[in-house]
Amino acid sequence: MASNIFLIVPNPFLSGLIWFFVIISVMYLARTPAHMAIQALCRVIHNAMRLTARAVMRGEKKLAERNREVLAAQGRDAVERIIEREFERVDATVRRDLAEYPALHRELSEEITRIDEDYKQSTEVPPAPPGWIKAVEAVANIPAKDDPMVGGILDDIHSSLVKANNTAVEEYRKSSHKRHMYLKDMMPHWRKVLTALNHVDKNVNSLLDRAKVIDRHMDKYESIQQKTDSALRELSSSSMTQFFISAFVLLVAIGGALINFNLIALPMSEMVGAGSYIMGFKTSSIAAMVIILVEVAMGLFLMESMRITRLFPVIGALNDKLRVRMVWITLTLLTILATVEAGLAFMRDLLAQDNEATRAVLRGNVVEEVKNSHLWITTAAQMGLGFILPFALTFVAIPLESFVHSTRTVIGVSGVGFLHFLAWTLRLIGDLARFTSKSLISIYDLIIFAPLFIENMVKGRAAKKDGSKPHHRDAATSAF
Amino acid sequence: MKINLIPKLLLVLMAFSLSSCAEKGPHTHGLYMLLDTSGTYTQELKQAQKVINYSLSQLNPGDTFAVARVDTGSFSEKDIIYKQTFEDRPSMANEQKRQFREKIDAFVKSVQGSKYTDITGGILQAAEYLNEVGSGRKTIIIFSDLKEEVKPGFVRDIPFQLDGFRVVALNVTKLRSDNVDPREYMKRLEDWEKRVTSGGGKWRVINDLERLEPMFNE
Repeated sequence: MASNIFLIVPNPFLSGLIWFFVIISVMYLARTPAHMAIQALCRVIHNAMRLTARAVMRGEKKLAERNREVLAAQGRDAVERIIEREFERVDATVRRDLAEYPALHRELSEEITRIDEDYKQSTEVPPAPPGWIKAVEAVANIPAKDDPMVGGILDDIHSSLVKANNTAVEEYRKSSHKRHMYLKDMMPHWRKVLTALNHVDKNVNSLLDRAKVIDRHMDKYESIQQKTDSALRELSSSSMTQFFISAFVLLVAIGGALINFNLIALPMSEMVGAGSYIMGFKTSSIAAMVIILVEVAMGLFLMESMRITRLFPVIGALNDKLRVRMVWITLTLLTILATVEAGLAFMRDLLAQDNEATRAVLRGNVVEEVKNSHLWITTAAQMGLGFILPFALTFVAIPLESFVHSTRTVIGVSGVGFLHFLAWTLRLIGDLARFTSKSLISIYDLIIFAPLFIENMVKGRAAKKDGSKPHHRDAATSAF
Repeated sequence: MKINLIPKLLLVLMAFSLSSCAEKGPHTHGLYMLLDTSGTYTQELKQAQKVINYSLSQLNPGDTFAVARVDTGSFSEKDIIYKQTFEDRPSMANEQKRQFREKIDAFVKSVQGSKYTDITGGILQAAEYLNEVGSGRKTIIIFSDLKEEVKPGFVRDIPFQLDGFRVVALNVTKLRSDNVDPREYMKRLEDWEKRVTSGGGKWRVINDLERLEPMFNE
């Protein structure tokens, strides 16, 4: 009966008509304040949205700036590591090769001295002219040549000369042979010198190559330091790639951890009991999970102490002696845990056999002693997996580090994207509110079009009488 | 010295916190099986043996299982044939299950029928025992035709207190009189259901012994 209160007269149609006229009249009279109220409300929404959008955009800008800094810091860190590694390599090369340089120098000097000596010995010495040539000349100048006595003497001299000549030729040949032998001896020394010089050349070239690599990384480092757009873009895309790759590898590692968990959960119940629970989870399952997590933690520490990862700066900052000690301790603990796991995997096999035997007894089956000769393969495989998986899990540290670092970038980029979208949405709502104001005013005027039409007509006639231009009410007065 | 002490202290603290956090009750299952040994129902005990073996295979370390006979006066510990709370270690629990089976086999071979059937006394005894054990899930299995015959002088119109209990009637065989008038059988089941549910327990009837999974899965 509540609707009856709207009935002004008994006829509902007539009542409706009266209400319509009343409402239209009220709306016409309240037109200006209503327009102002609509405009004010929409302006408030518009301004609020614009202000919020501006704040969000400022936040987005700050976050983007922060992202750039983080990205640059990460990139700097990565390049520093690479450059550090390159310098370590250079250092190793210098230590290994150039430390031998004095010895090499001495060896080269010795070789060269030997070559020099050999060379000196191999120089050809012209045979000395015989001393009795002048005596022969004097005899040859004796005037009495036809004298048979002189002839005899000359014949003797001739034969002596021929003999002396033969001896001299023989001597000369011998000395030439000796000189050739010296030259022959020089060959290995030359080869040695050549090899030594080649070695030096190789080392110097390797150092030059390293220097080129370092130069390239230094250029990259400088561009990161200057926060150039190209460097940051490269770092950002590299971070994204790292994120997906490391996430994939981590998923694989989680799969390995689950297999590991299944290997040791059942035998752990033999150690800690199968009937107790902690916070709704079986104690044996929690114990198995704890063992796996301890293995992962040991792996992290091992990788940290070996300076492969840098998740804990404290470990990296330890002195070398302590660090090496830590490597050995973590490796020993890992080996012990791996051995324990292998034992548990063996125990799992025994328990499975015991369970099967009990079920067979309860089913009323006669326990058949079926000796499967291949059962040892599964036992060995389980034990092998139990021993290997802890060591395999050690390497989780590497993708984990990449994942942690790249996640920061991915979250930052996603955050910027989200804030950008939020700012856009807020501005859209603000603009919608602005245009809604105009639409609402137009709709308002549309509802009261009849009185407005009459008003315009009246004003038009009055203006005609006055001779002035008729003034029409603007339906959608400017909102802003 | 300090370096050695700290890890030891941590280990002791960890062990203490783990042992203090560990809880047993809410996750264990207490199963109490009542075997009707009156009259001709003793012939059904072979079936009961299978049910017991199946139950043993389904129970876990830490669970409790008791098998008791229903005879003239069943509200007595003496009627418990064998009871066992299984060890936490799976290997020990398996050994206990094998022993349990042997005890039940020996009982079935030597059982003698009783004159009266005091099911109410048996249920009261089962509830008392399972409450004492403190299992998380409590199930009473009645392997009987549910025809109660109380010795004159015994008071058994006692309301049950079975909050948190599941009562499963297994292998409720039809008597000759039930065949004459099936309403008798239906009324018998209805009466028991009313008594159990009014005591706060849940009631279920399983006559197909090949489908016993609901006993453990519900």
